[in-house]
Amino acid sequence: MEVGQMQSRLADYTKSLFMEGILDAQFLQLQQLQDESNPDFVVEVVSLFFDDSEKLLNDIARALDQQCVDFKKIDAHVHQLKGSSSSVGAQRVKNACVAFRNFCEEQNAEESRRCLQQVKQEYYLVKNKLETLFTLEQQIVAAGGSVPMIELSF
Amino acid sequence: MEGNFVVSRRMIDAFDVSPSDSEEAHVLAVDDSLVDRKVIERLLKISSFKVTAVDSGRRALQFLGLDEEKSASVGFDGLKVDLIITDYCMPGMTGYELLKKIKESSTFREIPVVIMSSENVLARIDRCLEEGAEDFIVKPVKLSDVKRLKDYMMREDGVGSESSRGGINKRKLQDCCDLSSSEPSISSSPSSSSSESPSRSPTSSSSAPSIPTPLDSPIRRLKMTTTDLID
Repeated sequence: MEVGQMQSRLADYTKSLFMEGILDAQFLQLQQLQDESNPDFVVEVVSLFFDDSEKLLNDIARALDQQCVDFKKIDAHVHQLKGSSSSVGAQRVKNACVAFRNFCEEQNAEESRRCLQQVKQEYYLVKNKLETLFTLEQQIVAAGGSVPMIELSF
Repeated sequence: MEGNFVVSRRMIDAFDVSPSDSEEAHVLAVDDSLVDRKVIERLLKISSFKVTAVDSGRRALQFLGLDEEKSASVGFDGLKVDLIITDYCMPGMTGYELLKKIKESSTFREIPVVIMSSENVLARIDRCLEEGAEDFIVKPVKLSDVKRLKDYMMREDGVGSESSRGGINKRKLQDCCDLSSSEPSISSSPSSSSSESPSRSPTSSSSAPSIPTPLDSPIRRLKMTTTDLID
């Protein structure tokens, strides 16, 4: 596959992520912050997001497993996850967190567990999609091409 | 002096200060989230600010030399802070509490403080503005939000815009009626507070805030988004 084809494939793939609501405009903001002086900015931030999220998801799972569930602590974790997913543009993760917080407020353990599953699902989805996106970018760069700025007309 | 120099270098390492360039304004960014810190740092640097990013209100106060327990006797003269941007929701000290502490300090209360929050709560925004915050940015923070920060800068070389200078002057006039000079007195070294009366309560400025509301201001933004109070 030559560079031009790879680039259109990447563009289509990226657009689909926006269409499906997996990513939102904040992700575009991150891309705007990337340049020759900071060529790996997006990957770096997203990696931090992955590490942060996985830790939070584990903490939440552990807290839900306790005899006495500390909803305040769980809410704090979910709030954090909501914040970081919002900052990277992981829209569906963010929305799942919003729903989760409502159940934390109600101190509903069963619904909270369901929400955790939902958040995890959205998280692993966006993780998978972004990893694919980064791989596509790498392939273009390896083939001597450059990664084009996505033009989206929302 | 030798001891002080060593401490300051270690503290500089701990605080992750970007290289010194006297032309750029220096922003102290406070956020407990590592992801957000990385983003805000990049947003600021790309907008030509020098950045120091810390992870708590406590660290911010330490950096400024305001922490009661850990007095940084080292003067960060070369690292004057021109603006503080802080997250609201942080464990330990909230951004609001940090704002109050800064506004209570005769040395630092003139530094503009901007609050960031993911929650678009009117009461919260009001409270922060009343306490003297320049602006309230709803997260996620965008490039356009950061570019606006230049308006709040307090630089003697006239980088700040006229409207913000006017706004700051208005507040000062409410505080100190004897202020006749057109330039707000920003001390480059914290010790020179000759034009300020330490006895003035910083919160008195909140009595009648007649701050102009440009299109981008939080007040305007509030009016545009009153329907989505809950995230």
